[in-house]
Amino acid sequence: MNLLELKDISKIYGNVKALQDINLEVSQGEWLSIMGPSGSGKSTMMNIIGCMDKPSNGSVILDGADISKESARGLTDIRRDKIGLIFQQFHLISYLTALENVMVAQYYHSMPDEKEALEALDRVGLGERAKHLPSQLSGGEQQRVCIARALINYPMLILADEPTGNLDEANESIVLDIFKQMHADGRTIIVVTHDPEVALQAQRTVVLEHGKVARIINNEQDTGR
Amino acid sequence: MKRQTMYLRMITSSLVRRRSRLLVALLAVAIGATILSGLVTIYYDVPRQLGQEFRSYGANLILVPAGDEPSIDRDTAQRAVDLIPKDEVVGIAPYRYETLKINEQPTVVAGTDLEGVQKASPYWFITGEWPTSSKSVLIGQEVADLIRLTPGSSLTLNGTGAEGQAVSANFTVSGIVQTGGTEEAFVFMALADLEAMMGDSGKLNVVECSISADQDDLDKIVKNISNNVEEVSPRLVKRVTESEGTVLTKLQALVYLVTVVVLLLTMICVATTMMAVVAERRKEIGLKKALGASNKSIVIEFLGEGLFFGALGGLLGSGLGFLFAQVVSMNVFTRAISFQPLLIPVTVVVSIAITGLACLLPVRSATDVDPAIVLRGE
Repeated sequence: MNLLELKDISKIYGNVKALQDINLEVSQGEWLSIMGPSGSGKSTMMNIIGCMDKPSNGSVILDGADISKESARGLTDIRRDKIGLIFQQFHLISYLTALENVMVAQYYHSMPDEKEALEALDRVGLGERAKHLPSQLSGGEQQRVCIARALINYPMLILADEPTGNLDEANESIVLDIFKQMHADGRTIIVVTHDPEVALQAQRTVVLEHGKVARIINNEQDTGR
Repeated sequence: MKRQTMYLRMITSSLVRRRSRLLVALLAVAIGATILSGLVTIYYDVPRQLGQEFRSYGANLILVPAGDEPSIDRDTAQRAVDLIPKDEVVGIAPYRYETLKINEQPTVVAGTDLEGVQKASPYWFITGEWPTSSKSVLIGQEVADLIRLTPGSSLTLNGTGAEGQAVSANFTVSGIVQTGGTEEAFVFMALADLEAMMGDSGKLNVVECSISADQDDLDKIVKNISNNVEEVSPRLVKRVTESEGTVLTKLQALVYLVTVVVLLLTMICVATTMMAVVAERRKEIGLKKALGASNKSIVIEFLGEGLFFGALGGLLGSGLGFLFAQVVSMNVFTRAISFQPLLIPVTVVVSIAITGLACLLPVRSATDVDPAIVLRGE
């Protein structure tokens, strides 16, 4: 069953065609990578899938509903209820502790629950660092807080933008292990990345070039997984 | 945890952990509230202060005989004086005038309550001393120059008594009075001394009253006396009362103007700071919107922060404002100012309102932040 379908998606900024006739299906529980050089349309595609932008043409079907014509308010609601976002820059709120950063997502979603937020931090190995401010955490720890925040509301789709882009090898490995665990738990994950090693962890890799899907690689077939 | 608890936690964390930027806004609100509270305190206290200040310029109400009567009966005068609220009376000086001679020079002699004169006319400048015993007199500077008298000199007054009899008495000059007015041509003595010399008592020609009240209250007193004591004609000393009214109006207008300007400056300062805060926190706003925060949530959070330091600044300002008003009052009027407890809630509410207004535009711009642009780092 498909969780996400992109049908003939185009995005045009003035004279620039950022995306052209993109067609893509992502099934429930799938781990998909999106790769491509700078300017290939990765960010535009992520923004459209993440309900932060609307396509100029085509339709986006998420969980059976066409969201391409939704108002800004409607997209905010979908983003809040169905999507968990993980960023390369972590984007933690500097004046809130790790625990409070996770609870912020609960606050906008429904009801803050300190115990549940603490459990989420525990799952990414940061239970002991819950009361620390982002400035007191390493890059890897901040990314794990970001992951705990993305997971706290049980979103149907995890969207990660270069999740290991700012991490050293050791932390990259920790974060990828968490992604593997999320996948094993049945989460649907879309990762935008420059790193072939990270892309390879997904089941499929979509390669974008000049705003178009250049090819789709089935990593499981290629690696014999 | 309740949503309100998390909301307060977010607001207070932002204020406490990002205090450097918000301290500027807090300072702006506190200074604005201080000036507001201080000036309003002065605004309401100025009439009292100025009233007391003007009382040093002498009587502002005189009681004279009604119609063609030459004098007022002392009991009648007392009935009129009794109609003036006791707490507003600064000093009452009854006068009886007689023309007597010093060295064959006709001179106006005034018998009065010398203690009452000191209160009603504190501007009199005395060389020597006020009379403290009977048979002592104050003489005006003109009389002293004419007869060549100094404090400690003796003088003999003679003339015609109430029954037409010749009267004569010796007095000691205790002091010489300078007022810059007609008083410098008079001799002043205790009313009892003059009555003893003239051989009758109970007659007054004028009663000078110094009253701490504004124009409206004085008008009411005049009306009350006119209606209840027909034998007395109360008259306001317009020179004093009108000057007081004019100065008061101008001072209050100035205070009002300065208050409005200060409030506007406070608003501009808070709005500018909040604009900077919003610009500085575009990424945070973008993130919150990406996490699903509605525009309403963003507005409530920023407004909450603004109103919080608005209230805090107002509270600080109401205390500092009293100190400010006290310093101004001590320096300008050399009198302590009275504390107005009502001013605390008023200052806090006004500060919150001003901060709220100042935050509207910056907060509105916060809702325009596009999460996609911000998260891309553009």
